[in-house]
Amino acid sequence: MEAKAETAANTINIDGQEIPFEHGQTIMDAAFAAGVYIPHLCHRPGLTPHGSCKLCTVDIRNRISASSTSDRRRQTKFTVDADSRSVSACTTPAAAGQQISSNTPALNEVRKTITQMLFIEGNHLCPSCEKSGDCTLQAVAYHLGMLDGHFPQFFPRREVDASHPTVMLDRDRCILCELCVRASREVDGKNVFAIAGRGTAAHLIVNSPSGKLADSDLETGDMAVHICPVGAILIKEQGYEVPIGRRTFDLHHLGEAGLEKVVLAKTVYRDE
Amino acid sequence: MNKIRIATTSLAGCFGCHMSFLDMDERLVELLEHVEFDRSPLTDIKHCGPCDIGLIEGGLCNADNLHVLREFRANCRILIAVGACAINGGVPAMRNHFDLRSCLEESFLNGIGVENPQIPDDVELPLLLDKVRPIHEAVRIDYYLPGCPPSADEFLSVLGDLLAGRIPALPKKLIHYD
Repeated sequence: MEAKAETAANTINIDGQEIPFEHGQTIMDAAFAAGVYIPHLCHRPGLTPHGSCKLCTVDIRNRISASSTSDRRRQTKFTVDADSRSVSACTTPAAAGQQISSNTPALNEVRKTITQMLFIEGNHLCPSCEKSGDCTLQAVAYHLGMLDGHFPQFFPRREVDASHPTVMLDRDRCILCELCVRASREVDGKNVFAIAGRGTAAHLIVNSPSGKLADSDLETGDMAVHICPVGAILIKEQGYEVPIGRRTFDLHHLGEAGLEKVVLAKTVYRDE
Repeated sequence: MNKIRIATTSLAGCFGCHMSFLDMDERLVELLEHVEFDRSPLTDIKHCGPCDIGLIEGGLCNADNLHVLREFRANCRILIAVGACAINGGVPAMRNHFDLRSCLEESFLNGIGVENPQIPDDVELPLLLDKVRPIHEAVRIDYYLPGCPPSADEFLSVLGDLLAGRIPALPKKLIHYD
């Protein structure tokens, strides 16, 4: 009986499935280890969670055991389960007994809307992008069944930086996930990238005297070069080495366990 | 029993979606037992009559595109945006990075190999819009068929659903944007 109680104390429940976790893991970590896919764009195991893309939003039911009648959400016109709370799975620590909803029609519809906003805010023209088929944004959109952008297109004009001999930066496709910022800072130890500006003026900047990639410390082998989930940071002269139809998400589903590690391992292999 | 009437057109597109439609090959024969075509490049009928389904390829790049799109919306019970250009502007929308004037100057005045440079301004030419736009920004669209181009299977999936009286539900494995 004691052993059973201990097990229950160290599990969370996602969509009815009991999932074990270790102290210090986030909900995303525990789900990832158990092979449960929670859609996400700005997260990568091993890097500090960022919690900005909000695709990994999940509902936790008993996070507050009892809500009072003064709870504001009780007074809104929307039907809200007042005992549930929406959190980012990548930044919220797993805690014993959490009852979590993730793969629900309502949450997936919200995720699809977020993805549509990412598409219309930039210039995501898949037919002309060499990342097509390897692009996580595209694969997430497929996963969520996105057919159109729904909102009016922004068609922003953003700067391309092709100054670097081997790396290309096309800000048209940047979704500001900061994966390259974190990879450069935490793994490469270089601090090449940062986000400047706010709101629709937010954009990726390069840490060099001229602001150009060519004058930065960036090298082809850096994790920051390989981690981009979209076609914003590309390695030159290898865009079509793998033909369309044989690419990562042509052959694999996003939710496959260990896929992200495979992607990283593959890029390391290529550089050797 | 009356056949389902379908109209099709290509606005700011490349006719690739129409070619892909024809890729259904011998399955066209069975489809044609249930449908007939009104205005379409396949029939060369110039104006759209009352139809059940309108398939729109391409986005909006000029005033004529908008005129044709409105004719389709007025006549088609169900209007479907077909392909990347209709849905988000697609490759033609890459001109949105530049002013319209600089696009025209590059094409007709300063481009390599241009002879007798002049920007066309005949009254019969439809005026260009300042930006290429997806069609759902101008009229209500009932369904979307992504892809560049959408595969013949995608066309058959959606038309099959509509012919059977179902709300179209494209299987996820058929969804692609390239």
